[in-house]
Amino acid sequence: MKIIVCIKQVPDTTEVRIDQKTGTLIREGVPSIINPDDKSGIEAALVLKEKYGAHITLLSMGPDQAELALIEGLAMGADRAILLSDRAFAGSDTWATSLALAYAIKKIDYDVIICGRQAIDGDTAQVGPQIAEHLSLPQVSYVTSIEKEENSLKVKKVFEDFSQNIRIKMPCMITVLKEINQPRYMTVGRIFDAYKENQVERWNIQNIDMDPSLTGLKASPTQVKKIQTKGAKTAGKVFEVDAREGARLIVEKLKEKYVI
Amino acid sequence: MDLKAYKGILVIGEQRQGNIQNGTFELLGKAKELAAKLDCNVSVLLIGNGLNEQHGKILAKHGADNIFMTNDRNLENYSTEPYTKTITKFIIENKPEIVMISATTIGRDLAPRLSARLKTGLTADCTSLDIEDNTQNLLMTRPAFGGNILATIVCPNHRPQMSTVRPGVFQKQEFDVKKPLKINCVRADITEKDLNIEILDTVYEKTEKKNIEEANILVSAGRGIGNKENISKLETLAKELGGLVSGSRAVVDAGWIEQSSQVGQTGKTVRPDVYLACGISGAIQHIAGMEESDLIIAINKNPEAPIFDNADLGIVADVNQLIPALVEELQKVNP
Repeated sequence: MKIIVCIKQVPDTTEVRIDQKTGTLIREGVPSIINPDDKSGIEAALVLKEKYGAHITLLSMGPDQAELALIEGLAMGADRAILLSDRAFAGSDTWATSLALAYAIKKIDYDVIICGRQAIDGDTAQVGPQIAEHLSLPQVSYVTSIEKEENSLKVKKVFEDFSQNIRIKMPCMITVLKEINQPRYMTVGRIFDAYKENQVERWNIQNIDMDPSLTGLKASPTQVKKIQTKGAKTAGKVFEVDAREGARLIVEKLKEKYVI
Repeated sequence: MDLKAYKGILVIGEQRQGNIQNGTFELLGKAKELAAKLDCNVSVLLIGNGLNEQHGKILAKHGADNIFMTNDRNLENYSTEPYTKTITKFIIENKPEIVMISATTIGRDLAPRLSARLKTGLTADCTSLDIEDNTQNLLMTRPAFGGNILATIVCPNHRPQMSTVRPGVFQKQEFDVKKPLKINCVRADITEKDLNIEILDTVYEKTEKKNIEEANILVSAGRGIGNKENISKLETLAKELGGLVSGSRAVVDAGWIEQSSQVGQTGKTVRPDVYLACGISGAIQHIAGMEESDLIIAINKNPEAPIFDNADLGIVADVNQLIPALVEELQKVNP
């Protein structure tokens, strides 16, 4: 089985703080990580490889530094890593990003594409299904388990209040939830190998035969008009009191608002 | 693209087992507001099988001017390709300028597929929608960067302008319906080829579980409550107040409460009358899911906890001592 896992390098948003005085994001010292859902995608591919045998290609679109995310994926056990990087992609929204990734995927042999459900910096959950659409592939999103059958996969998809077991023929695209597994750590030997030069292949827009007018800021249907940080709401009163007094204060407040 | 050829607002309705979901009504209410600014109509397209006049009536009551429905056994339950194909065809024929979809697991599977097929933009999980004065473009505002920033997105040169909105973000409204009910049937042309996945089984969770999105009062647990056993104290309090217990991601990850009761960026968005944050520190991802609550009361041992910046009333105390005291005080008021 040939698997492509699409991954994104993201800033660890749980580490981001807001400067309460200026209302701006404090970006310094925020580490870059493999997007958590995507990392579970890599792990899911590795589990399939162990069970059924597979070749795993990692694909990421991003700036030069995204190479680190791919190296980490190789050190987890992936076989091949491709960084799709070109100035022409700058400013792409999900539509233009997914199209560029689809062009790259057309150059790779695959049976299944695995994406993480969504990235923690954008939270859109759009790129996976849009890749599938550009490639006219069937899809199942929100997957929490994968088994291989002869020419198909049997996956479990979760909704808010129900779940389904679904059979999907390959080639296909699935997006996985972080809950599907606990990603493994890199092995020391593999970290050494992965850091050896030229492990990550570099592709630019020529390598994928894409017309530059189809991607980047200009080809993106959506545009960012305005960015604002959320100023903290005016805080109410905070009391340092014992439990009994605290309980009384809360009851008073609930009465004031006619809750009780 | 002739932008002027596109007119009106289309809400993609969502039904599960024949029940129209709340998110649909909330979108209709918002669509009605936007339609007043654009001087246009609100249409709803409800995809399913066995839909009837009752469905039509309730959609009209919540703001739909024009009602479109499918009745096709291939569309009874959600499946990506049959739904995408049916809606794409409808949009190409009817040319709405705005399309609104609930950001549920269904909508978030469907919407990106639709936008890619229609070659137009899509903005996910919007928390505010408005019309720009001079251009009449849809202003779609959404949190990004884990809720740290709000980005306003436009889709100026493509139509329709598509957005998804999480349930609970807007409030549903009811309207007096004057005109007689008219249901327009939409034909779907689903072929064998479109049925490209096979649903082997569907398992529904127990329905007795109540939905935290609909609760007026939420008693919400954070890591600060210490252990799973202390959840029962919160349940006693919730019962006393007539509310439900919810929790932060940390508490869900620890297995103390179920994932369906998680509040926050990766959980649910709630806006109850009262949100009682018990031992929740207030990570930005959590705040994003509850900041619209009318009254926020926070209890935390740490006076520096960011939750206090967002609370209307903050108590610095040990939550496990305060909760039993609060239950006693409430029983005094309401014996």
